[in-house]
Amino acid sequence: MSQSNSVIAVKNLSKRYSIGQIGSADDCMKYNPPGLRHAIEDFVRHPLAWWKRRKIKNEHFWALQDVSFDVNAGDVVAVIGRNGAGKSTMLKVLSRITEPTAGRIEITGRIASLLEIGTGFHAELTGRENIFLNGAILGMTHAEIKRKFDEIVAFSEIERFLDTPVKRYSSGMYVRLAFSVAAHLEPDILIVDEVLAVGDTAFQKKCLGKMQDVSRNDGRTVLFVSHNMSAVLQLTTRAVVLEQGRVIYHGPTDQAVERYVGIIGSDSTVFFPVEKLPRKFRGAGAVRFVSFRFDRAVPIFSPGEDFKFVARVRAHESTPRVRFSMTIFTREGAPIGTCFGVERPGLRRGEDLEFEISMPRLPLASGYYCCGVSVGKGDNRSGMVDFDTILDTLAFEVRAEEGEAGTVAEWARGWGSIMLPNLKYRPLLQDRTPEKTLNNSEMLPA
Amino acid sequence: MTQTLIIEAGRTERQYWRDLWKFRELFYFLAWRDFLIRYKQTFVGIAWALVRPLLMMLALTMVGKIGKMPTGGAPAALFFFCGLLPWQFFSTAMSESGNSLVTNANLVSKIYFPRLVVPASSVIVGFVDFLISAGFLVLLMFYCHFTPPPQIIFLPLFVALIFAISMGIGFWIAALTVEYRDFKFVIPFVVQFGIFVSGVFPLPAHAAEHWRLLFSVNPLVGIIDGFRWSLLGGGNVVPFPELAVSVAVTVFFVFSGLWYFRKMERTFADVI
Repeated sequence: MSQSNSVIAVKNLSKRYSIGQIGSADDCMKYNPPGLRHAIEDFVRHPLAWWKRRKIKNEHFWALQDVSFDVNAGDVVAVIGRNGAGKSTMLKVLSRITEPTAGRIEITGRIASLLEIGTGFHAELTGRENIFLNGAILGMTHAEIKRKFDEIVAFSEIERFLDTPVKRYSSGMYVRLAFSVAAHLEPDILIVDEVLAVGDTAFQKKCLGKMQDVSRNDGRTVLFVSHNMSAVLQLTTRAVVLEQGRVIYHGPTDQAVERYVGIIGSDSTVFFPVEKLPRKFRGAGAVRFVSFRFDRAVPIFSPGEDFKFVARVRAHESTPRVRFSMTIFTREGAPIGTCFGVERPGLRRGEDLEFEISMPRLPLASGYYCCGVSVGKGDNRSGMVDFDTILDTLAFEVRAEEGEAGTVAEWARGWGSIMLPNLKYRPLLQDRTPEKTLNNSEMLPA
Repeated sequence: MTQTLIIEAGRTERQYWRDLWKFRELFYFLAWRDFLIRYKQTFVGIAWALVRPLLMMLALTMVGKIGKMPTGGAPAALFFFCGLLPWQFFSTAMSESGNSLVTNANLVSKIYFPRLVVPASSVIVGFVDFLISAGFLVLLMFYCHFTPPPQIIFLPLFVALIFAISMGIGFWIAALTVEYRDFKFVIPFVVQFGIFVSGVFPLPAHAAEHWRLLFSVNPLVGIIDGFRWSLLGGGNVVPFPELAVSVAVTVFFVFSGLWYFRKMERTFADVI
């Protein structure tokens, strides 16, 4: 790797977070300010102790540890890893949102980061106004936005609603407009974080196409973080695999994806302590997951078997009702399906409970899967609230037993992951006019 | 041609002021946005910038007339409006910029830019309101057939002072609110109470000589007296020691505000 050619050089990068008050309702991987009252009280009561405590604050957590890699000009590089592996932190440090604790990054060229699309969009402003505002936030100059304005509008397909406040937009329109602005940025280096997880499929394809154009035709460098392995394989040539804040692989994408699937496939654990995991979605926090476990020694299920696991939850606040839901993903990160349970009486504050959660007749074909599990309350009618969501957990394998009656044991990958219910057929009574149904009638059972 | 950006712990300091210049358009856009949305979906729209000080003026004038408050020879309405003008600017700027980082949390946690832009653009929005009210003051002077004294040429100095103290306090409160949301509750209280301790509605103790210097530790006192002196003259004076204290306190708040904001800024994205 020639030093002169690299546009991003990351050397021994580390980032440390303090973990505030573990075990409280807010045990997320961020520093929790203790509140003004405590700060003042501490200071007034024990000025000396307060001064000392300032130095040794809380427990530390290394989100990134000694990370080094280079990205060459024109490369499209994926950053992959499990939740909590440090991907988001890395992007935040690269886009200067937060400072590293140690280490050094050298970036050559104009850089733009898209950690979210539609950042800074204001609901009250019209589409036109938001294009200018969002453009400025992403680092475009006024002249640049003006020059590209028509292009942006055309790409977003919202011409008619340009002067409507975006709060009246459908979510699809909103996302389209937001992506269009972002897609017309012209940086030398683009940092993208899972923005493709939004919008309808047609628009997603358009976005992927646009990203491909950007990298292939304009020779720009793209750093792309995603869980969607098919998008990663499609778009990128090289990848960095992060695990627990460290780089465990850096090289061609297909091998990196193999490595990644390897890590999440390798653990044949049946117990998943999740209490201290960082949360991707910060829920309301009234009830939080402590751990999950499977009811067996190896996490292997047969197709059609009842899927069962035990979830341990802790209530930080009393809740009248709780409801669990679960989404099953392929190991590559594609969601397969989601199921909800009905609400049941809730928990009292401080209560620690285990629930056996089961789904009858797992309709999955052989393969590797993992789950996202949520605890919350409400339904579509009363409004849903998620207290806590854990992704990338409960990794399991489905393995078809040989010679099982009634099902096809060998399942081709191209058939998809879900085993839909068996087909049923029955002959319908037809008038058998010989010239019309002559051929068919031969095949019908008598 | 292509510059190299270096990211290191503690490095941001050197690039900061250059970045602030680079992001001047964002600064303009944020102020423009805040101004646009400020009066969106309101019936009288921008007129709110006038209605608020106007109603306050009427109320204060009435109370002042009943209490036979000395106004230094100027019409009571003008006396109070001249005090309200800087006060409204300061209080709006303080409450808006105080909340600005928290309301723009999505920006702060997703995009890099010098965070100073956010509270500063909130102050600008308050300043636009201030200019609108100032236009109204001119009309009010015509209506009262009042000719301002020659020392009106010093008015820009006091405008600059109120602008500076608004920025300084704005930086302090914005940075503090990120970590201690308590300030959300403190500020409205300060805004209500401030009218009486800043000399917008002078309390008897405020007029007493031996208390005056102590009062002027609150820089608003000197600035508001200065507004009255330059716009109304007559019996409205701003003693030099009082003005000096106000200027000193203002300068202190601007620099300490900048220092504290810069110190806290690097952790905003993690704490907010």
